[in-house]
Amino acid sequence: MNHGLSLIKHHSRQRLPILACVAILLAACGGAQDAKQESVLNRGLGAEPESLDTHKARTNQAGDVQRDLGEGLTGYAADGQLELAAAERVEVSEDGLQYTFWLRPESKWSNGDSVTAQDFVFSFRRLVNPATAAFYAQQSLGDVVNATEIVAGKKPADDLAVEAIDDLQLKITLNNAVPYFLALLSHPSTFPMHRPSIELHGDAHARPGNLVSNGAYRLQAWEVGSYIEIVRNEHYRNNDQTAIDRVRHHITPEDAAELNRYRAGELDITFSVPSEAFQQMRKERPNELRVSPYLAVYYYGFNLTKPPFRDNLKLRQSLSMAIDRETLTEKVTARGEAPAYGWVPPGTNNYEPRQFLYANLSKDERHRKARELYREAVFGEDKPVSLEIRYNTSQGHRRIALAVQSMWREVLGVESTLINEESQVLIENIRMQDVTQVFRSSWTGDYNDAHTFLSVMESDNPSNLTGFHNDEYDGLMDKAAVQTDPRVRQVFLEEAEKLLLAEHPVIPLYFYVNKNMVSLRVRGWGDNVLNYHYSQHLSLADTD
Amino acid sequence: MLRYALLRIIGAIPTLLLVIALAFLMVHAAPGGPFDAERVLPPEIEENIARAYNLDESLPQQFLRYLGGLVRGDLGPSYRYRDYTVAELIGNALPLSMQLGVLAMLLAIVAGIAAGLTAALSKNSFVDRLVTGIAMTGISVPVFVVAPVMVLVFAVYLHWLPASWTGGTDISRLVLPVVALALPQIAYIARLTRASMIGVLSSDYVRTARAQGLKTSSIIRYHALKPAMLPLLSYMGPALAGILTGSVVVEQIFGIPGLGQFFIRGALNRDYTLILGIVIVYATLVISLNLVVDLLYGILDPRIRRQ
Repeated sequence: MNHGLSLIKHHSRQRLPILACVAILLAACGGAQDAKQESVLNRGLGAEPESLDTHKARTNQAGDVQRDLGEGLTGYAADGQLELAAAERVEVSEDGLQYTFWLRPESKWSNGDSVTAQDFVFSFRRLVNPATAAFYAQQSLGDVVNATEIVAGKKPADDLAVEAIDDLQLKITLNNAVPYFLALLSHPSTFPMHRPSIELHGDAHARPGNLVSNGAYRLQAWEVGSYIEIVRNEHYRNNDQTAIDRVRHHITPEDAAELNRYRAGELDITFSVPSEAFQQMRKERPNELRVSPYLAVYYYGFNLTKPPFRDNLKLRQSLSMAIDRETLTEKVTARGEAPAYGWVPPGTNNYEPRQFLYANLSKDERHRKARELYREAVFGEDKPVSLEIRYNTSQGHRRIALAVQSMWREVLGVESTLINEESQVLIENIRMQDVTQVFRSSWTGDYNDAHTFLSVMESDNPSNLTGFHNDEYDGLMDKAAVQTDPRVRQVFLEEAEKLLLAEHPVIPLYFYVNKNMVSLRVRGWGDNVLNYHYSQHLSLADTD
Repeated sequence: MLRYALLRIIGAIPTLLLVIALAFLMVHAAPGGPFDAERVLPPEIEENIARAYNLDESLPQQFLRYLGGLVRGDLGPSYRYRDYTVAELIGNALPLSMQLGVLAMLLAIVAGIAAGLTAALSKNSFVDRLVTGIAMTGISVPVFVVAPVMVLVFAVYLHWLPASWTGGTDISRLVLPVVALALPQIAYIARLTRASMIGVLSSDYVRTARAQGLKTSSIIRYHALKPAMLPLLSYMGPALAGILTGSVVVEQIFGIPGLGQFFIRGALNRDYTLILGIVIVYATLVISLNLVVDLLYGILDPRIRRQ
């Protein structure tokens, strides 16, 4: 009884259909028999999403919920393949600059309104509007004609080259060909928005009771710090295919506590698996532990704006070569990560990742070469270099730093000091490029294309944390950007990575893996490199 | 008495202002801002965000703007939870933390006093040593050890209670957090009660009462209990404030969306307005609880009232 009442209390803002109320009460009081009628999935979400307004969020956690609530022109299938979603057809002009989308006429908002091309236009304009202060404005629509000027406040948002030809036809014009543009349009920031509810509720439009969404689910409740509950959107175009009626995304910032909840049967899926418990889970629950490659790289960056790393390629190379990545991934991280000898992760679409030239050398040869380079890098054995490694406070980062420290000492005689900093402090220090020498960071792909990794190292990219500046590299990236032939483009990108690796602005250490506990009663889970798992693709088997 | 209370309340205002000013300076002095992340934003977007949240103004301007809002009862928008205002976040979290804290305190008072009295009345016996021993353990083992062990035993292995806040019903989800929060307090209160009761029982007026032939139970009830509670009372004010503000660890372990969790996350995320809002709540709580204790002291002890 208490359970039912508490649910309704949290939902007081929501005009719950009477039937749903009755169903909840029955489920709470009546026991298993009634509960069976509704299928409920409990997912670990990790940290709290900062917003459910698709223009005001940027974390993976927000994205996970938003992909359940809404849908863009494109989306991903359970196996991670890009597919059309709200659009049923797309035509791209030969020069790759014009995209024309035809929306599915049966697409509906959660309040029953039809989803129209105007809803997309409204959303795209709002995204680039400086007043919205959206994180992803540049990232998602930066290539659309006039977008950059609008974001910078130099043109009005209405100038954005996105046009509703009629209710169902949408035309987008780009500055240059962007081969991964369709993938960008799967990002939640490009989901359509329901104009009337935004005009009515303003900043509060993304709250339970106010949010009107066009995806498989609609927002039912959000108890900040605790959980976000979504329920089936009866108006969704594919509602017949949605198996799970209700999904609770539980806020679980502590992975150890999350695993306990999973083991207690409160969660069906975890957001992560803590390192400490990984081996135990592998032994005890091998069929529930899901590990698969993820489009993300863990790396150590060099501050290239200051000595000792400025203009000292040999020092950078020797430090990189002295690190035994196999030992790191097998003994230290030990969650199935792949050693990284390049920048772009394996599994990236239409791309052959490059590797450091020494990747295939034996360990002894590599170490010998490293010592040689190190000696040549001015510092003889009589002048040992001392370094600082900065990382954000976490046991995992610390263990890796300790291992790297001892490898450097052993192979090169380099003494390094470990400095752990709170993550906001570290970020600030990296950006100032003043005190940092070697720093820990990571990069996660936003879409499945090598560009999402390689563009980070362009000299004008704000996320280029090392200060790497190479005209030849930028030139190759520019050439790739205007190239419409995918094979030629691939060659340019691969050349760029080769150059990048030769220049060694970073030491990639390993490629991440997805790590989730997935209960055996969850069906339809497909491992994929972006780690997107739409709730609408999942179902629950009757095992209880 | 009323005048005294009023004076204290008025006296608290400058204290509160000072706390706000210091907290404001400190959060802004911390490196990194609320919108910094590993993924660095393009400069024009950073500018747009700074403008939207008035972070492009000078610090004194921002402080005045904040104070101005405060006077109107507006704690500002949260920088991290962009769909919510600080007042809304605190409004949701404070009652939860209060509920937990008050329940834990009640449990601690009942269990602690009972244990302390039992020990005091059978001083130096086996029971006394047992209670003192358990109390010592309760004080020394930190809650971040006890709580996960309780979760493992009662939730993961026995399945009696939920492992987290959202895993159970209203009552079942309270049990583990409240006990975890109360345990160290039970221990303190038991020790305090024991010591204070032993002291009172060996005082002259109790000896006189005994000499007059009063029964032990009436001596305790009418003569010893009240004075023995005085040290406890002065402990309880700060303890309640401590339990309300210090439930951070317990909230984290059980995933309870209480004030403590928001405080920690606010600090880590540089959510300036959220931290300031919670600091104000905490400061107000501590100040008013101390005031209440001082007033209660006067009620319990006539000597203080006369002063």
